[in-house]
Amino acid sequence: MCLAIPMKIIAIDGMVATTEVDGVTRQARLDLLPEANLGDYVLVHAGLAISRLDEADAVETLDLLRKLADEIQ
Amino acid sequence: MKFSEEFRDKELVRELARRLQALAPSPATLMEVCGTHTMAVARFGLKMLLPPGVRLVSGPGCPVCVTAQQDLDGFLALGEIPQVVLTTFGDMVRVPGSRTSLDRLRAAGAQVQIVYSPFDAVELARATPEREFVFFGVGFETTMPATALALQTAAAAGLTNFSVYCVHKTMPAALRALLASPELRLGGLLLPGHVSTIVGAASYDFIPREFHLPCAVTGFEPVDILLGVEALLRQLKSGSPQVANVYRRAVAAPANPKAQEILADVFAAADAEWRGLGRIPGSGVRLRSHYAAFDAQKKFAAVLAQVAPPAATPCRCGDVLRGILAPADCPLFGKTCTPSQPLGPCMVSSEGACAASFRYGG
Repeated sequence: MCLAIPMKIIAIDGMVATTEVDGVTRQARLDLLPEANLGDYVLVHAGLAISRLDEADAVETLDLLRKLADEIQ
Repeated sequence: MKFSEEFRDKELVRELARRLQALAPSPATLMEVCGTHTMAVARFGLKMLLPPGVRLVSGPGCPVCVTAQQDLDGFLALGEIPQVVLTTFGDMVRVPGSRTSLDRLRAAGAQVQIVYSPFDAVELARATPEREFVFFGVGFETTMPATALALQTAAAAGLTNFSVYCVHKTMPAALRALLASPELRLGGLLLPGHVSTIVGAASYDFIPREFHLPCAVTGFEPVDILLGVEALLRQLKSGSPQVANVYRRAVAAPANPKAQEILADVFAAADAEWRGLGRIPGSGVRLRSHYAAFDAQKKFAAVLAQVAPPAATPCRCGDVLRGILAPADCPLFGKTCTPSQPLGPCMVSSEGACAASFRYGG
């Protein structure tokens, strides 16, 4: 039940964003994330954006793993 | 970056599995607290990648599974009031109550409406003033802010035909009660990533401090889950438990301040009844008095007072939820209790340990 889907904000109207992933759009309230902007990825759960995803952090995690994998090969 | 398939990369999963094997850990039982983790572990076959002796067991983090029979029976009883429309997340629809379930009630003519969010339930109430809408407020901290905002919206709109039957539960208090159980021998906890977006990673600091147990706040993709397992095994090896956060792209150490503000306006901490764990002080919430008009337990108190306490059941979901019984070791499992004919909630919910075990194998 705690499933939350990473979705991209493609429009904002007041406190309500239109979010999109793979062609599916959903309305999501932004009350918890006043800092969210157009183009951001947010986790959407039950019609509410619960977290703004940090791209720099995601890239850092993946790069570090890839580097370690490459060193082994 | 789409924040999903990148974290399912085969090469990275293989690299992480190799690193786990290379750690050559001592045998350890780790608990994935969250039902969404249970489902992801089963769906991606991650148990096969664990080193020998390292076991993952499911915990109490499936809201459908831990909803007490008495609470479900109460909500079901409201469906028999003629003008009432029950609104619920789809997960609850097939869970058997003592006498009926939401889908059987619906088949018998009651109004049961599945909604994607509590905001949809408020909109239904606004659009249909001649009927009375009750939303089943189930879920942990991930879901509670949406219910709270829906209540604020309903109050601002002056609705008189909307209420919430609140059985929301909170995670840190429940974990404290669970860890106090002497039957439980755990090596570490994969902590629920999405609950943590609301409560913050720091809210679990008491676990390594008081219970000397390694913790990792973990996301839901295969790479995330293996990173979480690795963090726990490293802590076990070093003997210095802490709360690692391997889901930093989504979770910060402090709580979400807006969520705390909204939750504090609507809810007050209360004791809650958990299936399998019993009554846990401070592990649930009730609506604050200025939302009393939206509290289904108050609004329909006369009907709820007539609901008989549930009879004993042979279902052992309670032991499964505490991680002390493997689903396949329950005498009902796969015999009289299957996903198409479930006797208990752990077999109904796709996130339940029994359903995951039945569908994907232990």
